[in-house]
Parts: sequence; structure tokens; C-alpha cells
Amino acid sequence: MSILVDEKTRVIVQGMTGREGTFHSQQMIEYGTKVVAGVTPGKGGTRHLDLPVFNTVAEAAKATGANASMIFVPPPFAADAILEAADAGLSLVICIAEGIPTLDMVRVAAALTNSRTRLIGPNCPGIISPGKCKIGIMPGKIHKQGHVGVVSRSGTLTYEAVDQLTRLGIGQSTCFGIGGDPIIGTSFLDAIRMFNDDPDTHAIVMIGEIGGNAEQQAAEFIRAKVKKPVVGFVAGQTAPPGRRMGHAGAIISGGSGTAAEKYEAMRAAGIHTVQSPAEIGHTLAAALKSRAGKSTHASEQRGKEAKRQGKKKRR
Amino acid sequence: MKIHEYQAKEIFRRFGVPTPRGEVAATPDEARAAAERLGSKVVVVKAQIHAGGRGKAGGVKLAKSAAEAGQMAKAMLGMKLVTPQTGPGGRIVRRVLIEEGLDIRRELYLSVLVDRAAAAPVVMASAAGGVEIEEVARTNPAAILRETISPVVGFQPYQARKLAFGLGLSGDAANAAVPFLQSLYRAFQETDASLAEINPLVVTGDGKLVALDAKMTFDDSALYRHKDIAELRDFNEEEPLEVEASNYKLNYIKLDGTVGCMVNGAGLAMATMDIIKLAGGSPANFLDVGGGASAEQVKNAFKILISDPSVRGVFINIFGGILRCDVLATGVVAAAKDLQLRLPIVVRMEGTNVQQGQAILKESGLNFTIAQGMKDGAEKIVALAGGAR
Repeated sequence: MSILVDEKTRVIVQGMTGREGTFHSQQMIEYGTKVVAGVTPGKGGTRHLDLPVFNTVAEAAKATGANASMIFVPPPFAADAILEAADAGLSLVICIAEGIPTLDMVRVAAALTNSRTRLIGPNCPGIISPGKCKIGIMPGKIHKQGHVGVVSRSGTLTYEAVDQLTRLGIGQSTCFGIGGDPIIGTSFLDAIRMFNDDPDTHAIVMIGEIGGNAEQQAAEFIRAKVKKPVVGFVAGQTAPPGRRMGHAGAIISGGSGTAAEKYEAMRAAGIHTVQSPAEIGHTLAAALKSRAGKSTHASEQRGKEAKRQGKKKRR
Repeated sequence: MKIHEYQAKEIFRRFGVPTPRGEVAATPDEARAAAERLGSKVVVVKAQIHAGGRGKAGGVKLAKSAAEAGQMAKAMLGMKLVTPQTGPGGRIVRRVLIEEGLDIRRELYLSVLVDRAAAAPVVMASAAGGVEIEEVARTNPAAILRETISPVVGFQPYQARKLAFGLGLSGDAANAAVPFLQSLYRAFQETDASLAEINPLVVTGDGKLVALDAKMTFDDSALYRHKDIAELRDFNEEEPLEVEASNYKLNYIKLDGTVGCMVNGAGLAMATMDIIKLAGGSPANFLDVGGGASAEQVKNAFKILISDPSVRGVFINIFGGILRCDVLATGVVAAAKDLQLRLPIVVRMEGTNVQQGQAILKESGLNFTIAQGMKDGAEKIVALAGGAR
């Protein structure tokens, strides 16, 4: 199993005929994702990448039985595209676009409340359940099918963490970026809940960054409900306050949203925190081994290290 | 994007938010003439820089005559104003705002911003005006009133009344509060602001509400549909290298360390800064060249990095995935040759054709060091560029 996407997911791509849309649709198809159609207003009835193209998402969904959409349209049109996908009743919408105006997302978030559509992103790399389905721009080959759930606000930093896991032989159930914008469809808390409920996910990697308090909310839930080992990293320990660090949401404002306070919440929740982004893989491996009760010398050492960094046993 | 107080007040007036009468001046003569036209007993001379904390730093002064206003403007214009928000370098004052003095009965706080957790705008108010809201949040969070605005129904009059009465307003001031608050909200919404803040909002002796100060910042992602606001950008208020980087569409923020960083992706760029610090060094910048890290962007990024005299080495950390490392390496070599780079450069790259990419770097005859992984890279560049000063 995995969360949100698997081999049964049928995907349409909004903006498939564009340059980026074409390239990444191809990559997804090569990975084995069931891409069933494209949507480009005005190009309905044509074919692209050997797939039918429709004028509207509603038509595409009706004709193909798609249940997910990948959005590859420029930021000024992305909010509209998300709403169109939701209106067509798709259960999952993934929006990659970076630079959607915040107040557009405020309206989208309001429209999606009580809707059956889950939005991932915007400003995210997408989602992948290795070996089953890839919807996004991440490199498929660094992933390996397995039992670790990875959730992150960032794109390339997620690849970094996944790559560390795969090199250690640790596979992933599902990996996804929730997006670097201040207003996003799926939060850390949502992600952790889903990973916690997924019997096929045995451990979780959570990669946060400065800004907001989504990591703290997730940590609170982990403290109360999650028995699976969780490894946590927060990017931006050296970021100056008041500056937007690339991502629109990555800003320490009014002294809050710092890496220090996020780490504190993570430690209090029994999360195995790492100060170095290079230690994510090893720390997770140690946490898994100590959980499995194996006691090779190496794992014991690493376990101690993880314990020192993560402090306290979880309740 | 930030703007000046006088610009924010112009926007306020456009939306019907009352502000003191005033004029902006760039010379002492203009300041004196503006004070004369205002004709009030007292005028306020306010330094216009993109940073708060001006009052305590000597950037806000009261003048009892137009001549005095001119003298104060003369002292202020061209001076380097250092406030807790400017950093030690301070900011040069290029304009002053000349305003009528008001009879102030009460000072309040008011702002509109987006609440990330609620995914909606929130109007915040506090009876403790003139104090930084972060300070109030720390010491007396209950004193902050909040109304979350539904994007579907908008800011309702009852919400404005709740805030007004919550602030202890009565009589004329309470009546004035509803249109005042709604006008401010419209100014926020219709300009795609990320913050509209009035601190202090004053109640005058005759019961009027006036925005004594004004601060607005805007959502960079929405500037494409607000050309008039985009034009208000003041390049003098920004780090020159950051302005240059923004022309190349590079996400660059100057820091005070010695290790230049070139990374693809914002999260990885932050994590790279962190790991340099852990390795005993200090990052000279945040720099995201974009997910794809094209040859042209790499060259532009090099230009920015070598323009910073404190950079003693460069760490290139690219996790490409789909990106071809041979193409990247060719771009890096070409840019380094073109710009005659002599600084030590440590390159960590992942993606397709890693081996070919590394071979291209090695055979280039330039000062490249190849790193395996980001920890190795951070340690190597710190060894080459020196630790934290």
C-alpha cells in the first residue's frame, strides 16, 4: 500500500501540451504512471503524446474516468485550473506552479473546504508512490519501493533525503512535497495522519523549514498519536529573520517560525531530530533498527546517537 | 515587496483610509515649503526608509515652525539612520515626510495580514498602539483582537464593530471605525498586499480615527497584476547584489559569511547554508538557481557570487535528478573560464551522467574539487575557504 496515489490512479495533465507539461508527462508515462489524457483549452479533439486532449477537465474526466490531475499551467492561471479540477470531481489535484498570488490561494482554499478534492501544493514537486505512480517533477529513479513515508516542504531537499534512504537500501511507501507557499492544500498534519493510518508505512521522514507553525502542529499530533518512528529536519537554521528564503512561505516573521522553535516542538514530540541534512538517512535507519530490536554493534551506536539527538523515548 | 510610509499613505487615501495631511520632500527647501503649506502649529518630520524603529533612532522629529522643519529635514536627509531593523549598516535617508501634528488622545494598533493556518486574511487590533505587535503578543496575547475574514462573504460590518468596541472606542470614533476598517481591508485586498499595518492608529481629540503611521508590503507573486504598485519599488533600499540577482531571476540573499553557495531549490539551499555552518564555516549567501540549474543561470550566479568581496570559495550543490550532470558541468566550466574564476570551487552534483560530469570538471584544469554528498562538500569548502570569522 501507499497513500494517495498507486497503480490504480488515473491522471490527467492540465497544460500537457506546453513545453514543461510535455516533458514531465513523458517522464511520468515512462515511470509507469497511468496518464490518461491532457487538457488544454482550444486543443480539444487533438492528440498529444499519443493521448487524447480535451478542452475542459470535466470532459476529460468523464471520458477517461480520471481521478487525479496534475497541473502544469503558469501561476496566473493556476488557481482557476485547481478550481476546475475540483469542480470536475477529481479526488486529487497536484499543483506544481510556483508563484500563485497568495490571495488567489485564499479563495481556492475556501472553495476546497468541504469539497472531496485534496490539493497537494502549490509550489511543490508532486507525489510518488515508488514503483506504482509518479505525479510530479521528481526524478523517479532515485526512489525505491518500501515502507518509509517522506513528507517535505521542499523539492530538491526531498530528493536529497530520498536518495540517502535509497542508498541505504531503505525504500519508500509514498514521498511528497507539500509545497513552499504560505497557503497549501495538504499540510504536514494531513500528511502525518495519512502516513500514520497507512499500515504499509513503517516510519516517517518529515522535512520542514522556517516560517509558519505547520511543523509544530504536526509535532503535537505525533506526540499524541503516532507510534511509528519519525525523523525530522528543519531547513533554515542559519536563515536571517525577516527575509524570504526563496520559498514564499519560508520567512521568520515577528521572531516566530524559527528553526529552533520547530526543533523544540519536534524533540518534545519524541521525533528523532537531525541538525544536519546529511544525517536523515542514517538516523532513520538507526530508528528502524532499534525498533526492530536488532542489536548489531553499529546499529547500537547509531541508535545511541539518534537517541542523543532525538532525546527521550516517545510516550 | 516593501514600500515607504508616504507611498502606503497615498494608497490608504485612495481607498478612503484617513491619514494626516502631509507631503513628501527630497530637499530641505521642499520640506520647509511643505510645512508652510500645511500651516499647522506643529509639523512632524519623518525619515522615509524601509525599516521600523525610526523614532528612537532620531528619524522622527517635531518642528514648531516651517523654518525648523526645513532645518530638521536638512539634518535628516543624507544621514545614515540605524535602527534595530536596518542592521548595523543603517539606511541613507533620501526623503522625508512632512505631516501636520495631531491632537492625539489614544494610540491603537491595527493590521491586516494573511493567517497561514486559517488560510484567510485576519484583521488584528490592539489597544496597545505604538508598541511592536510582537512585543504585545509575547507579553499580553489576550490584548490582541483578531477577526478572520471569510474570502466568500468578505469583511462584515459586525466584525468591524466587534473590533471597534473591543478596542474601547465609543461615540464618533466607534462610528468612524466601521468604514475605516473596511477601507483598510479593501486597500489590503485590492492591492494583493501581504501586510497593511497602522501603528499607531490614533484617536484625535475630536474623536477622529487617523492612520498616523502606515506600512504596506505586497505579495511579489501578484505584482504582475499591479503595475502601479510594482513601480513603487525603491532600489536604493535593497542590497545592490540582490537587485542584480533579481534581474537574472535568481533568488539571492546576501549574508555575512565567506562561503558562496550555489544551489538548486530553496529548501536545499537553506539546508546547504545549515550544513556549512555545521562544518565550521559561514555561508556568504542564500542562492537558489532554480530547479533546472541551466548553464546561463549558473554563469549569472557566478557573477553575483564573485561580486561579493567576502566570498573566499564557492560550494555548488546541485541535486538534479532529471538534470544531466555533463551538461551542468560543461556550463560550470564555461562560466568559470569566461569569468576567470580563481576561487576554490567545490562541486557536489547528483543527476544523470554524474561520472561524465565529474570528468569534465576534472579535465578542465580549473580549481574544482569534487565532493561526494553534501556533508563532504561542506567540509571540503570550509577547509578551502576557511572557517567562520
